[in-house]
Amino acid sequence: MLKYILKRLIISLITIWLLATVSFFLLRSLPGNPFQTEVLLSAEVQQRMISYYGLDRPLYEQYFTYLGNLVQGDLGYSLKYVNRSVNSIIAESFPVSAELGLRALAFALPIGLALGVVAARRRGKAADYMSVLVAVIGISVPSFIMGTLLQYGFSVKLGWFPVAQWKGWEYTVLPSIAMGLGLLATLTRLMRASMLEVTTQDYIKTARAKGLNERQIVWSHQLRNAMLPIVTVLGPLVANVLMGTFVVEQIFAIPGLGMHFVQSVQSLDYTMALGLTVFFGAFLVAANFIVDLVYGVIDPRIRVAD
Amino acid sequence: MNSTSEAKSANKKFNFINKAELQHEAIVRPSLSFWKDAMNRLVKNKVAMLGLSIIVLTIVMAIVGPWLTPYSYNQTNLSNINAPVSSTHWFGTDTLGRDLWARIWMGARVSLAVGIIGAIIPSLLGMVIGGISGYFGGKTDMIIMRITDIGMCVPQLIYVILIMIYFGSGPLPIILAFALTGWMGAARNIRGLVLQLKEREFVLASRALGASSWRLIFKHLIPNTLSILIVSMTMAIPSAIFYEAYLSFIGIGIKPPMSSWGQLVNSGISVFQIYPSQLFIPAALISLIMLSFNLFGDGLRDAFDPKLRN
Amino acid sequence: MEKILDVQQLTVSFDTYAGEVQAVRGVSFHLNKGETLAIVGESGSGKSVTIQSVMGLLPTPPARLKQGKILFKGVDIAQYSEKQMEKLRGKEISMIFQDPMTSLNPTMKIGRQIMEGIQKHEKLSSKEARARAIEMLSMVGIPNPESNMERYPHQFSGGMRQRVMIAIALACNSQVLLADEPTTALDVTMQAQILQLMNELKQTLGTAIVLITHDMGVVAHMADRIAVMYGGCIVESGTAEEIFYDPKHPYTWGLLQSMPSLTGKSSKRLSVIPGSPPDMLMPPKGCAFAARCGYCMHICQEEAPPSFNIVDQHQAACWLLDPSAPKVERPHLQHIVMDGGVR
Repeated sequence: MLKYILKRLIISLITIWLLATVSFFLLRSLPGNPFQTEVLLSAEVQQRMISYYGLDRPLYEQYFTYLGNLVQGDLGYSLKYVNRSVNSIIAESFPVSAELGLRALAFALPIGLALGVVAARRRGKAADYMSVLVAVIGISVPSFIMGTLLQYGFSVKLGWFPVAQWKGWEYTVLPSIAMGLGLLATLTRLMRASMLEVTTQDYIKTARAKGLNERQIVWSHQLRNAMLPIVTVLGPLVANVLMGTFVVEQIFAIPGLGMHFVQSVQSLDYTMALGLTVFFGAFLVAANFIVDLVYGVIDPRIRVAD
Repeated sequence: MNSTSEAKSANKKFNFINKAELQHEAIVRPSLSFWKDAMNRLVKNKVAMLGLSIIVLTIVMAIVGPWLTPYSYNQTNLSNINAPVSSTHWFGTDTLGRDLWARIWMGARVSLAVGIIGAIIPSLLGMVIGGISGYFGGKTDMIIMRITDIGMCVPQLIYVILIMIYFGSGPLPIILAFALTGWMGAARNIRGLVLQLKEREFVLASRALGASSWRLIFKHLIPNTLSILIVSMTMAIPSAIFYEAYLSFIGIGIKPPMSSWGQLVNSGISVFQIYPSQLFIPAALISLIMLSFNLFGDGLRDAFDPKLRN
Repeated sequence: MEKILDVQQLTVSFDTYAGEVQAVRGVSFHLNKGETLAIVGESGSGKSVTIQSVMGLLPTPPARLKQGKILFKGVDIAQYSEKQMEKLRGKEISMIFQDPMTSLNPTMKIGRQIMEGIQKHEKLSSKEARARAIEMLSMVGIPNPESNMERYPHQFSGGMRQRVMIAIALACNSQVLLADEPTTALDVTMQAQILQLMNELKQTLGTAIVLITHDMGVVAHMADRIAVMYGGCIVESGTAEEIFYDPKHPYTWGLLQSMPSLTGKSSKRLSVIPGSPPDMLMPPKGCAFAARCGYCMHICQEEAPPSFNIVDQHQAACWLLDPSAPKVERPHLQHIVMDGGVR
């Protein structure tokens, strides 16, 4: 087990290194320089800024400097926010994004799974059609459209919730729903399919042959086995939730990481964009790692294999 | 006399039938090919057919829609901005007085083209790469799989955004970005399928009979993965449409005066508190077309599912 | 002898896209206390459907019990509600399945899987249930039962898993054990061990067994009586001796001829029954076997044969047994070496 964890850790580090390298050169190959867009700066000042940030040195030198800092956990200074390190910006905005993501998960996970179970158990009945309908609509309506519609309906027209910003509980409701709905729908579909798959397994027949009733079979035999394929996709799903934050944060003017990411790439704030990419990547690698460990706990067959 | 004839006919009944008359292998049930059978089930699926009708209707409108109105999609008219839905401007006009009917169906061309081509290219690419990886195995497989391992650790959208900024905005860069980033998932699926199929008895049997690689690939592997591929391609279309809309929405996909549904939502959002229809029409269309592709894809999947065959 | 299970005119159909598949068409058989009845037939003959409907395990829809009675201790359980059936399953009637690899829940410990049934049917504390489960495991020949209670199915071999399945089935002292091809998925040495175990348990616990198989060798080991199924009907039934030494139906002849023998002349080719079973979507009007039968008469294609009584309980549904039919010499059947299992 320890050996396995160690191996995974090494692979994770290599992944993050590759991600940083690819993103570094990709970003640097973008045309233009970060200071060009600011009309007020003369060519001379631009040049001074470039040499101040060391952007005129050979690319490989910059790369190794960056890597050296990265190893120490230093993501560098933003080129746009004067005198602010990327670390401090992440420290400030990440909790907001994380809270939004967690709220969305907390809303989507239990409801999505429950709907999936209900749909599978009532296959072909009204409850099934309702769940499938909710799921297919949830998947089909993009989060940025859902966000605007919720904003229009519940804030602008009904005035139940504040239109935008992030200042308290009532501000979190609409963005969480906007982000969670797609996830909820995906989970419902996956869980329904997984439950139906498990229903046809021989061991369910064995359980029925023991005289267990429907409820007992669902709780003690179906759920755990149906969860297995869900857990494996939870990593990428969490990734989607995070990506969802980009637009939802924009729509609701929430000071999270997503907004910074899009802005920094567009304005060629190299260190900022790179720092956020590496941070997102590391976060995802960690999420996948945890998911794999959890999988081992749920499925006894995996435990022994390692 | 009567009884003797009866006995005679009874005896005749008990005569043996000539063996030659017997048909051992008479096939009673009309045999349906896999595809015919799947098509039959698909056609009977009302929800999937509804989805397909909406898709077809939208494609037709994308083709003829812009010609139905005298206004062009990029012709501005500052004396008639933000016009409501009316008999001259069927969907109203936008903040620069451009006719929204024309813009929406022009946008449909872009969104649908990007969605469909942007789904098919990465799927085909993934199919080839995944097929090679699964079929040949060994070092090739290892290298390809490590690449996808690492590639898939990062959300596709980060790369798409980087590539988009590199190549600039427009439909072609979007498709290119999808092709460069989207093949990995498809490649993994196909590889898994091929690995499974390779171990199946009919492939082993064919190989034992001396079938060539080409025969194995074209007679066994492709036909047995094709249905799954078609379904995953169909399901990839709505997500490609979504990505295009998303990119245009955050301002790096399609930019005005060019039009796409995501771009229209982006423009609509700035004025939606006053002129909601400028947002709602494209938003509804994006949702509707994604819904239709999802419903149709579900129907296809059910139709191809061998477990539902009888 | 007392009939513990008496199935009368059981008819089961499946409603499919293509139409109604008549899987079981008027099957009658009975099971006496403490005996083993083997139901023999090739795949698709309806044998599995028959016992699964006794257990009430068929999914409805698409399955539909069209008519017939299933008398368990004289009560028609075909009329039972799902709730009533739950009380019966695993307590009075138990079942084991073909593939022990997939019949156990992969994510649940063996011990818990056995205890579940016990706790469902008997008012025992979990400690007592545990003790009973351990007892069952050692009874079915699992070594170190206590530590094996804590293990998962994938840690056992196929034979061991089938033993665990038997332990689950017999944990509440069922009087009837339905075994659906219990040894088909096992290798030959395991088959013999499992069959022996079933015979032993039958003796010690007095459980009556319905054994479904297509393997005449297994039948020879186990059966007191035999019912031969073809095309959703029972074509011949009788005691093991009657079926093996004096079979009357051409299909039974074919089955016996197609069985390899150690004592038979090795130069002789193993005979096969030509053709394939009928499509139950459109079962033939006459005898289901007519199309493949070497003795097919005109009447066989027109009318389904009635069941002819030969002696006592030996019955066969074949027009050859009609007094007007020409006399037919039975082909030579190799001698089946029946071991101690058959009396």
